[in-house]
Amino acid sequence: MSEEKPRRREVALFATCLVDLVRPDIGFDVARLVLDAGFKVVVPPLQTCCGQPNYNGGDKSGAMAMARRNIDLLMPYEYVVVPSGSCGGMIAHHYPELLSGDTVYAGRARRLAERVYELSRFLVDVADYQPSRRLEGTVTYHDACAGLRELGIKSGPRTLLERAGAQVVESGQAEACCGFGGTFCIKYPDISNAMLERKVADIEATGAATVVAGELGCLMNIEGKLHRTGRPIAARHFAQLLAPEQKS
Amino acid sequence: MDVDSRKFIELSATAVRNESLKTSMGLLGAGLSMRRAQAKAGLAEFDALRDEARDIKNDVLANLDAYLEAFEAQVTRQGGVVHWASTDEEARDAILAICRDADARTVTKSKSMVTEEIELVPHLEAHGITAVETDLGEYIIQLRRERPSHIIAPAIHLNKDEVSETFFEHHRKLGYNERLTERADLVGEARHVLRDKFLGADVGISGANFLIAESGTVVLVTNEGNAELTTSLPKTHIVVTGIEKVVPTFEDAATFIRLLGRSAAGMEISQYTSFITGPAREGDADGPRNFHVVLVDNGRSRMIGTEFQDMLRCIRCSACLNHCPVYLSVGGHAYGSVYNGPMGAVLTPGLSSIGDAGHLPNASTFCGKCEEVCPVRIPLPRMMRAWRNRESEAKLNPVGMRWGLRGWQWLATHPRLYRLATRLGIGVLRRIARGDSSYLSHMPLAAGNWTRDRDFPTPSPTSFVAQWEDKL
Ligand code: SF4
Repeated sequence: MSEEKPRRREVALFATCLVDLVRPDIGFDVARLVLDAGFKVVVPPLQTCCGQPNYNGGDKSGAMAMARRNIDLLMPYEYVVVPSGSCGGMIAHHYPELLSGDTVYAGRARRLAERVYELSRFLVDVADYQPSRRLEGTVTYHDACAGLRELGIKSGPRTLLERAGAQVVESGQAEACCGFGGTFCIKYPDISNAMLERKVADIEATGAATVVAGELGCLMNIEGKLHRTGRPIAARHFAQLLAPEQKS
Repeated sequence: MDVDSRKFIELSATAVRNESLKTSMGLLGAGLSMRRAQAKAGLAEFDALRDEARDIKNDVLANLDAYLEAFEAQVTRQGGVVHWASTDEEARDAILAICRDADARTVTKSKSMVTEEIELVPHLEAHGITAVETDLGEYIIQLRRERPSHIIAPAIHLNKDEVSETFFEHHRKLGYNERLTERADLVGEARHVLRDKFLGADVGISGANFLIAESGTVVLVTNEGNAELTTSLPKTHIVVTGIEKVVPTFEDAATFIRLLGRSAAGMEISQYTSFITGPAREGDADGPRNFHVVLVDNGRSRMIGTEFQDMLRCIRCSACLNHCPVYLSVGGHAYGSVYNGPMGAVLTPGLSSIGDAGHLPNASTFCGKCEEVCPVRIPLPRMMRAWRNRESEAKLNPVGMRWGLRGWQWLATHPRLYRLATRLGIGVLRRIARGDSSYLSHMPLAAGNWTRDRDFPTPSPTSFVAQWEDKL
C-alpha cells in the first residue's frame, strides 16, 4: 500500500456568473474536461462575479471590492481555470492594475494573475490535452474580443477542436466584435444590433453548422439572434463540444 | 468647441437605418482595414516604429514647454510669428486679427481639424471674410453646411449622387449647367471652381501634421495638392494647429510620416508631403511674405499629468475610426463632435467636458480593435473606462446604472444573498418563459432592449454552484 499514486493537482474552477446562473451545464462540461486532462476539480462555493460590470461601468471602487474578495477566494489554489476570456482577462490583467496602489493586495493580485488560466490556454499549454471526444463536421470559431486582445487567445481553441476531429472553417470577420459588450447591448441596442447582424451574416456565410466561442456573453448574443432570425446554426462554447461524454 | 452628445442615441438609431450610410461605412471599413493590413505586412519594422513613435511622443509630452519654445525660437529666427492661444476664442481672435492686418476679403483653407474644433470659418464669415475650403471633401460639406464626419475623409458619409446633386445646385450660378455623374468629372469641376479661389485669396490657412522643433518646420501631409496652393500663393500663410503636434527633429518626423500614411490608408507615403520653414526668402520664386503659426491649447494642457495624457500622442491618422465597429455602424455625425470614433470618445470629453460628451466613452464594447491598430499605441479603451469613472464619480451617468452596479457589487460580496437573489431572478425569467420554452422573446424593463432584436436563452432553474454542491 506504500505505492501511492501521485496526488492529482488541484484546479479551482471559477465558473463566471453567466455560466453559473444561465448555462450551468457548461460548468459541468468544463469540470469534466479538466478531470479528463488529469486534474482534480474544486468549485469554490462562495464564488460570484469577477466584477467586470462594475469595472467597465464606471464603478471602480465596487470593482476593487469584488477583486479583493475574489483574490481571497482563489488564492489558495495552484491553478484557477476560467471558461471565459473576459473574466480571465479581468483577473489576470485588470486586478493587478486596479489594486496596484493597495499595499496588501497589489502583490496578491500579481501572484494570482500568474495562476489564472482561460480554459483553452490551460488545456493546451498546461495539460497538453488530447480530447477523448470525437467530433464530426464543420464549425466556425468566433474570437471573442477580450480573450483575443487581452490574453492573445487565437489558436488554442482551434487546436483543441481540430484535435477532436472537427473541421474549423474561418469566417471573414472572425475577430470582429459581436456587439455584446456587457451592458453595452442594453444601453445602445441599435448599435449592438447592427454589429450583431453583421456578425451572424459573417457566420452564416461560412456554411458551418455550428459557431463556437469561448465566451458565454457573446454566445448568448449570437445564439439569440440566430434563433430570432430562424437560422439553423448552433452556438456552442468549445467546452460543450469537447467535454467527454457523460457516463450515465 | 461645440459638443453635444446628448442626442447620440436618437442619432445612432437613425444612422443604423440609413442604407446609403451603411454602404459608405461598409466600403470604408473593408477597404481601409485591408489596405492597412497589407501595408503593415509589407514593412517588417512596422511594430518597432510604433514603439519608437510612442516613445518620441511621450518624451515630447514630458517636455512640451521646452519643445514648443524651441519651435517658436526657430520660427521667429526664420521671420515668422508664433501666436499662443489658450482657448478657441483666443485662437479665433488671433487669426481674425492677422486676416484684418492683411486686409483679407477672401481666405483659402486646406484641411485642418483644429480649425473645425475652434469653429473658425463661421467666425471669419461673421466678420465679413469669405473662407473657402479647398480640400475636396471639406469643400463638399462646406457647400452643404455640414460638419465633417471623419477626421481625414470629411465627406465619407455622402455618396456620389449626393455630391453630384450638391454641385449641380451650387455651381449652376457659376455657369456649370450639367448634372455630372462621373467621379472624375465631379473632381474636374471642383478643380475649376477652386482655381479662381486660389488665385484670388489674400490669406491661406492650413493645419499641420507635425511641427519640427529643431528647425521651426511645419509638415503637411496631403493627397490633393490643395494645401500647397493654399500655403504658397497668398501673401500670408497662417498655420493653425494643436500644441501636441510638435516633434523634436526631422528624423523623428520621418518616423511618424512612415506610420501615418500606412495607418490611415495603407499608403507608403501620401501624394504630397510638404516641409514649410518660415516665409519666402529673398530670391524665392514664390511663397508667402508673412508666416504665422497659431498654437492652440484649448484644453490639451489640462490633460497632461492625468490618466488622459496618452491621448495627446494622437497623430489623427483615423485608423481607430476605420476599424471601429461602433463608428462604422453610426458614422461620424451621431457623435455630436468633430472628433469622433474611438479617438473622439477620449479626446472630446478632454477638450470639452464629460457632461457634454457623456455618451462618447460609453458607446464602446471595449473590443480593443482601436488600440490594436493605433500607430502610437494609445490605450483607448482604458481611457474610455477612466472617463466612465469620472462620469460616475460626478454622478452624471444614469442613477439606475449607479444603483444597479452598487446593488450587484453588494450581492456579489455577500454570496448567500447572491444565491438567493439570483435564484429569485431566474425564477421570474422562467415564469415569463412559461416553464419549458428554451428562449425568451420578451423581457421586462431595460432587458427588453435585449429581446427587441434577439431572443434570450432561458436560464436553467438551478445554478452551477448549487448543483455542484448537491452532487458532493
Ligand atoms: S488615436 Fe491612434 S489610431 Fe486613432 S487617430 Fe489617433 S493616432 Fe490614429
